[in-house]
Amino acid sequence: MTNSAMQQLYQQIILDHAKSRHGASPDELPPLAEAAAAADARGLHLTESHQVNTTCGDEVTVRMGVRADPDRADGDADGDAVIDELVWRGDGCSISMASASVLSDSVRGTTVAESRALLDTFREMLRSRGTIEPDEEVLGDAAAFGGVSRYPARVKCAMLAWVAFEAALLGP
Amino acid sequence: MTSSVPPSPRANARPLTDEEVDRIRNDFPILAQQVNGHPLNYLDSGATSQNPLSVMEAEQEFYEQRNAAVHRGAHTLAFGATETFEAARTTVAAFIGARDDEVVWTSNATEAVNLVAYSFSNASLGLGGAAARRFRLGAGDEIVVTEMEHHANLIPWQQLALRTGATLRFIPVLDDGTLDLAAAAGVVGPRTRVLAFTHASNVVGTVNPVDELVALARSVGALVLLDACQSVPHMPVDVAALDVDFAVFSGHKMLGPTGIGVLFGKYELLADMPPFLTGGSMITTVDMHTAEFLAPPQRFEAGTQRISQAIALAAAVDYLTETGMERIAAREAELGQRLVTGLTDIPGVRLLGPPLGVERIGLASFDLAGVHAHDVGQYLDEAGIAVRIGHHCAQPLHRRLGVTASTRASTYLYTTTDEVDQFLATLREVAPFFGVHS
Ligand SMILES: Cc1ncc(COP(=O)(O)O)c(C=O)c1O
Repeated sequence: MTNSAMQQLYQQIILDHAKSRHGASPDELPPLAEAAAAADARGLHLTESHQVNTTCGDEVTVRMGVRADPDRADGDADGDAVIDELVWRGDGCSISMASASVLSDSVRGTTVAESRALLDTFREMLRSRGTIEPDEEVLGDAAAFGGVSRYPARVKCAMLAWVAFEAALLGP
Repeated sequence: MTSSVPPSPRANARPLTDEEVDRIRNDFPILAQQVNGHPLNYLDSGATSQNPLSVMEAEQEFYEQRNAAVHRGAHTLAFGATETFEAARTTVAAFIGARDDEVVWTSNATEAVNLVAYSFSNASLGLGGAAARRFRLGAGDEIVVTEMEHHANLIPWQQLALRTGATLRFIPVLDDGTLDLAAAAGVVGPRTRVLAFTHASNVVGTVNPVDELVALARSVGALVLLDACQSVPHMPVDVAALDVDFAVFSGHKMLGPTGIGVLFGKYELLADMPPFLTGGSMITTVDMHTAEFLAPPQRFEAGTQRISQAIALAAAVDYLTETGMERIAAREAELGQRLVTGLTDIPGVRLLGPPLGVERIGLASFDLAGVHAHDVGQYLDEAGIAVRIGHHCAQPLHRRLGVTASTRASTYLYTTTDEVDQFLATLREVAPFFGVHS
């Protein structure tokens, strides 16, 4: 068959990320309490979320260490906090694994406010059913998921790690 | 890959021929459509089957000519509706070798298993009186299932065990996806009260030895429930000959509509069982505190029934009977072996379940090394091929076989040989497309 539609969906960037899995932990993550205590010693607040796509059983856990902004300038103090560390572990299709890898690259070192803005842009693009042309300047590698927006059944796959990230941000 | 398929293990009937299948397809308008620019290749009948025109016409005819409440009115229309509804029961009962009053309508197989489990649960609370004592479960009693069950035949028993204090045990599965029958004798014992297992597996496609398992259950006095969801649609099944106490199946997997399923139960058992759902249409006399219940099957059919669905299911059964269940089974056994032959020939494919030559229905699940099932399914879908991906409602079995998800192709009487071959040819492209080289 002609593979052009499949190539639109599975862009090379996605296939590469699905293989290299930036930020993925090769081993089980250590128990949260233990890791949180260690992170605390490094001045980081540890938070995590586990998400499952019930349609296909894909799952991902995103765990991150957030550093509060020392200056605590006026305005949104939380928003100025920096995502210092992010590690994830998961099992799933190439789209969900690639998107976790891209998430890791995209948000590490950014402020919470910046990562939230990116998340909103990413989600808006994915929900657009192909009507929003992804802006590579803004989205970087995440722009490669533009093709996914034409496959509504796969949007959940692309969002899985990002939803975990969002839930972790809101976390306890 | 035409001559390499061995004779099917179920060689006792002449399989449907390719020409006959082509003619059958004319009765299924949905199959004529294009999907993503390709002819639809529907290989997901294990999840739900398509309906022939006669089934849709039966439903339409009912609404156009006969629609009325059954077992409730005295007017002509209601009488006619009741007659047609009960005739549907007779048709389905005859199809599985049961008596009319041993067929209880449910919404689907899942509800049928729950009906039995909740009836036992109610008996355990003392409902149904002394007659229902044989269904009471408590601490020390054991319910046995297998490791290959669909969640529909697992979770209702887990919950029953939790409600009653009984223990749930299971017959393990071997590496090749078949039941460990040697271990079964150690699991089923004097404490076993219920043995529930699937006739044909919705994941590995194998047909379990009902005779052997029923004999084992009988030797310890346990009741047997057979999940016939993947057998009744695809092969002749005679519940009396199999000597099971209960059997469940769903209409939508056998050319019928959704919303209708069947619980078969031996009459003498049903007669002693307390009801699950209660309300109208299942009682004789009612006062403000008590009610007396109708005999089976009405005792288990509370509320307004799925009338048009039951009638449409009977039309589906007529279609299957006219085509010939032996011939359908022989045809699908051939397709099952063809799937296995083709799959094992593709680099990186790991077939879940036993190898070529072992009896299986027209169904095969597999793992493709380096490519997740969801991606396999997406690639096939783009070529118009509909397969099932995921755990197929059998997480414990997948875990046992060392995978979290698999891809499943399943056939029915309308599946062509070319469709199986097109699926196999397209599957061959998948690993190279994803850059996986083996
Ligand atoms: C073996 C088996 N058991 C039970 C079921 C449950 O059927 P339903 O969802 O129609 O109740 C299915 C189908 O999904 C099945 O394949």
